[in-house]
Amino acid sequence: MIEFEDVTKRYPDGTVAVDKLSLRIPSNQITVFVGPSGCGKTTSLRMINRTIERTSGTISIDGDDINGRDAVTLRRGIGYVIQNAGLFPHKTVVDNVATVPKLIGWDKRKAHSTAMELLERVGLDVKLAERYPAQLSGGQQQRVGVARALAADPAIMLMDEPFSAVDPIVRHQLQEELLRLQRDIGKTIVFVTHDIDEAIKLGDNVAVLRVGGKLAQFAPPAELLANPADDFVRGFVGQDRGYRALTFVHPEALPVQPLPDELALQDGVPLGWRNGSEELLPVGSVFKRGDSLRAALDAVLTSPTGCGVCVDDDGKAVGVIDQSTVAEALRS
Amino acid sequence: MTWIGDNLGLIWEQLREHLYLAIVPVILGLIISVPLGYVATRYSWLANPLIAFGGILYSLPSIALFIVIPAVLGTKVLSTVNIIVALTIYTVSLLIRNVIDGLRSVPPDVRQSAIAVGYGALHRVVAVDLPIAVPVIFTGLRVVTVANISMVSVGAVIGIGGLGELFTLGFQKDFLTPVVVGVVLSLTLALIADLILVSLQRILTPWARVATPVGEVA
Ligand SMILES: Nc1ncnc2c1ncn2[C@@H]1O[C@H](COP(=O)(O)OP(=O)(O)O)[C@@H](O)[C@H]1O
Ligand SMILES: [Mg+2]
Repeated sequence: MIEFEDVTKRYPDGTVAVDKLSLRIPSNQITVFVGPSGCGKTTSLRMINRTIERTSGTISIDGDDINGRDAVTLRRGIGYVIQNAGLFPHKTVVDNVATVPKLIGWDKRKAHSTAMELLERVGLDVKLAERYPAQLSGGQQQRVGVARALAADPAIMLMDEPFSAVDPIVRHQLQEELLRLQRDIGKTIVFVTHDIDEAIKLGDNVAVLRVGGKLAQFAPPAELLANPADDFVRGFVGQDRGYRALTFVHPEALPVQPLPDELALQDGVPLGWRNGSEELLPVGSVFKRGDSLRAALDAVLTSPTGCGVCVDDDGKAVGVIDQSTVAEALRS
Repeated sequence: MTWIGDNLGLIWEQLREHLYLAIVPVILGLIISVPLGYVATRYSWLANPLIAFGGILYSLPSIALFIVIPAVLGTKVLSTVNIIVALTIYTVSLLIRNVIDGLRSVPPDVRQSAIAVGYGALHRVVAVDLPIAVPVIFTGLRVVTVANISMVSVGAVIGIGGLGELFTLGFQKDFLTPVVVGVVLSLTLALIADLILVSLQRILTPWARVATPVGEVA
């Protein structure tokens, strides 16, 4: 656990970037710092590896004040990923990844083989290992950045807007891969972004900061969407928060109705809707029992008949749900 | 032509002296400029005054330096030390700007990640900053090496000038051959030295020549 207690950062020019921040970042989860530009996210993050020194307050890792440790040693135990990856242009991809293992004195062969494994792990072709960073695309560089941060197997990884500079499609892939990777590695990840959607997608917990480095709310994404602490948070999570919040609503049992005759099936799997002509109308999106309310709403909205189809794990239709049922669930 | 054949020993001797007088200051100058440039990037208020001071030093006439240095250092007028010191001053005055520019050419996010992965201050300079500064430093190194090779000849005026002494010889005897030999060898030396530096730079910076990627593919 990383703990901030009354942490303040005042820059020499008098700017108070972070003001009496107190929060607990749980281990083995992704905690996202989100907030508008200039609200002190980067400052807060970089105080953890002491690349920025706090002015007052304490930051501790598993109970030990980080100021009690040598800064350079501390940093070698904390992975760090930034927006444009910040790869060393004069080192090959594999040497970039092997940087920290070499710094902490692993023998060359072990550092190299670990680096190669990590490249595969973050989804990079190992053929790229001997290339230089300038030869890679932005998305590939970002993957190398993640591999470099993980190379010496640190317990903590800090990520500062790591996916902000790549195009939306690549960003989406990188986000999915981070979640997949995190399921395997279970690091304590502190992730900074200005993008609330990214925060909600990635965070187990989200810390919303307001300008002046004040904590507005610290909560899991569902809680944030359902109960914004104040107008600032409400405004920041956005107008469509109601719809987004449905992602986190799992109705215990939506009352499904029996399958209507209009639904054509093949071995139980929905094929389409009959409407009197030869051709079937598309089924629309389907949802599973136990899916979120958002999935059910999507099914209703995309079905040509206004009836969303519920399927089991094998994809066989088990029932349908109509608009009024969803509306009912939404009201409750 | 017979003069050349008769004086091969002398020519060889002057060539070696020329090379020595030109190259030693480049090496000394580099050894001085790198730490000086590093200090100037740490204490950034130092950088501009240093560069300006270098500019002034570089504009001093070499002949004046060759004559003043023995007085200041107390060396003999005919000592090679004078030439070496003078040319080292020139080297530093020119190279300091390239070292500072080179160290400044390290992108901020690269420097930031170098600190964050846990390089100590000195280790970072050697392992990250200086390698990235190599192309800019080498630009200065090439200029200063060629300049030094031509400037050594001026030392002939005070009696130590490598190939420049062939010029004095020719003028004294009103005889062109030694002058031509001196000019040709001096030019050749400059050309070869530059070629060596270019090759060395290519060997040191394979990363600076790579192609950039085509399009964004994750
Ligand atoms: N080195 C610095 N000196 C002075 N002010 C700074 C410095 N770095 C950041 N700031 C200021 O501190 C505030 C927070 O900055 P930052 O932590 O970078 O915010 P964020 O990452 O949320 O955009 C901003 O007002 C910024 O201008
Ligand atoms: Mg920032």
